[in-house]
Parts: sequence; C-alpha cells; structure tokens
Amino acid sequence: MCLAVPARIVELEDDRAKVDAMGNRWQARTTLLPDVKVGDLVLVHAGFAISKVDEEDAKKTWELFAHLDDFNETTDKPFG
Amino acid sequence: MLDKIKKSQEVIKAACEKVGRRIQVMEVCGTHTVSIFRSGVRSILPDGVKLLSGPGCPVCVTDQGYIDVVLQLADRDDCLIATYGDMIRVPGQDGSLETRQAKSRIVLSADDALQLAKTYPDKTVVFVAVGFETTTPATAVVVRDAAHQGIKNFCVLCAHKLVVPAMQTLLSAKNDKIDAFLCPGHVSVIIGYEAYAPVVNQYKRPCVVAGFEPVQIMEALAEICDQMAKGQPMLKSMYTAVVTAEGNLTAQALVSDTFDVTDAYWRGLGKIEQSGLELKPKYEAFDAFKRFGLTEVPGQCNTGCRCGEVLCGLVDPKDCGLFGQACTPESPIGPCMVSSEGACAAWYKYGS
Repeated sequence: MCLAVPARIVELEDDRAKVDAMGNRWQARTTLLPDVKVGDLVLVHAGFAISKVDEEDAKKTWELFAHLDDFNETTDKPFG
Repeated sequence: MLDKIKKSQEVIKAACEKVGRRIQVMEVCGTHTVSIFRSGVRSILPDGVKLLSGPGCPVCVTDQGYIDVVLQLADRDDCLIATYGDMIRVPGQDGSLETRQAKSRIVLSADDALQLAKTYPDKTVVFVAVGFETTTPATAVVVRDAAHQGIKNFCVLCAHKLVVPAMQTLLSAKNDKIDAFLCPGHVSVIIGYEAYAPVVNQYKRPCVVAGFEPVQIMEALAEICDQMAKGQPMLKSMYTAVVTAEGNLTAQALVSDTFDVTDAYWRGLGKIEQSGLELKPKYEAFDAFKRFGLTEVPGQCNTGCRCGEVLCGLVDPKDCGLFGQACTPESPIGPCMVSSEGACAAWYKYGS
C-alpha cells in the first residue's frame, strides 16, 4: 500500500499531470503538491503525487525497480 | 554499498552483544515487508535481531466485519464497488469480491473511482476506502471533487486508519514483544516523522523512519540497535530525501477538513480508540455507511486463521496450522496471505 514510484511530470494542466518513469507514462494528480511544475520529479502513490523527490533518489529507485521482474505490475498497481 | 551493509552488520552485532538479548524490531509498512524479504535482508542480519511484520498492510488490518459490509453492498443491484486490487480476493463470510466480478471494478486511484461514477450514472459507485495516511489524502480529494461537481451517485465506505494509535496499542498490550519500530517511509512523507514522538516519549522505544532499499533498511536497523545498546531511544528519520519533520501540510489540511478521527476495528488488534477516520458531517451524503444505513460490527473469523496474531508480532506465519497447507497465495484463507505485502505471503514466497 505504501508503494510509491518516482516519476517526472511531463504534462500538467491544473492539478492533472502526465508522469513518466523509465518510459512508462500514466496520469497522476498533483493536488497535494500545489507548487510543482513540468520537469519536476515527484513520488506518485495511487495516482497522486505525494512529495517532490531529487534526481539521485529517483534514479536509485528506478534502478531498484529495473531489477524487479514485476515492475510493470507494480506501476499498474497502487499497492502490491 | 557493500561497505555500508558490512558496517551496519558490525554495528548491529556489537549492539546485540551489549544488549545481551535478542532485539525485536517491528516494521509497520507492507512495502518494507516485501523489500526485506525480497532483498534477503533477513539472511544477512546477525542472529541477535529479529524482524516482526506488524500491522502495515492495509488489506491485512481491515476487519472481517468491513469485508462483509463490502460484500453486502456488492450484492445490491444498485451498487458498483470500486476497489484497490488486493481487496478483491479477501474472503468474507460468503465468498469475496472476486466471486462478484460483475459488481466490482479494480481502480488504480481514488480518482478512477470517481470517474466510474460518471461512466455508470445509473449505479451508485461505492469506493472501498482502505489504507493508511499515504492513501487517505487521495480519498479526501475525490470526496471534495464529488461535492464540488455535484456527483450524487458516488460514495465512500471509509476504513482509513492511523498508524500511530496502532503502534501505541501494540506497546500497551501486556504481551508486547516489540523493542523498536522501523517506521514506514511513505506514511511518514504525509504525517512527518514528528508524528512518532508520542511513541518514543511515552514508551521509550526507538522509532526510526527508513527508506526501502536494502542498504537503507540495514542502516536504520543499525541505528535502532545502537540506540538500544546506548539505552537512548530516539526518534530519527533516515529517509531524509522525502521525509520531513512536519510532513505534507497540504495533504494534512485536506484530510482534517474531510475526516473526523473515530474509533476503528482492526484485525487482530480489535477496537482501537481514535485510530480511524470517518467523513465529516458536511460530507455525510458521500458516506456509504450512512447512505445505506450500515454499521460495521467486528467480524467473526472461525477458520483457524492466525493473521491477527501474526499482525501483532505474537506468532510467525509458519506457526499457523493453515500456513502453506490450506492457505496459500493461490487459495488464501487469511488477508496476510491475500496481499502480496502480507507477512504470510512474503514468508510463503521468500521463505523465512
């Protein structure tokens, strides 16, 4: 349930964003982070960005996910 | 990275020798549970430390009585259930949502549940709102949206829970075996690490927030053991990249504008005062309990399932007679085997 994925905001209109993590793209809302902009990296949990995250931390998590055989499954699921 | 792990191992070993007994650390986050098992952290831990998987998986802590209410609503012709994935397989007294597929939809976010209400205007969409503080703000957002947009065929069956009261209840129990808590990462993003101060101050147990990488978990365990050896239990966040002292204030404000704190039933822990959330009276039109005149009564579980004791750290999954025999991930009896974040599922998949 606590699973959250770092992703980059690639499109943003009001509080609705399209985010990207390693080429996987999906919709997320930024209601909980009023100050974000396109290009920011955020942690996305169950379709909502909950925190900003820095480049280094995001990369580490992506590398970790890349080694998981079920990454595609986890990006599709709000919790595992 | 290996250096850091080795150093953590050394710190843990030295601390355990000084403490002179086994140190029992409970994690209260399903993602920590999965990360610990999948990465093999258990196998590289010195013998002096035992990890317990506590009430950190929302599916696992949801009371049987709530599951039965969900199934009752699914059986109504006018309702459509919107739920996060794992809840679909949790058995109630009469089957599960999986056996009612025509009446339920898996959603990836609370927002999708609200969209379903627009897609099915002739049904009342009931969102199965479970989860801890990480998930609650999303429910708050969609309830507010539904109110603003005047969407009447949407409501929320709220079972959101608060982590800190559960931690306090575990420590208040006479059978408490917990020396310290490895505090959840993403819950802490929302509530901030200061939220655990009452646990440290009242019960004098270390509370350390950890990230999810194996090295981060090892370093947090080393910090906990070191605090134990020094006899100085403290509050510390070691997931500084995203966890601040005060948390996400926007999310907290939304939650407190949408919900009141109330007593809640937990599987294994029973009724815990002020440990759950219900919609405020101004949003009662969106409260599924009120709309359908339902009350959640504590559920009865007569299957022999010991998930409740597992969640309290009292027994290991293998101590349950059903584990791996009658109860497997393919054919689960208890919620800790249903959810991939559950302790039983992790034990089954990765071994002890």
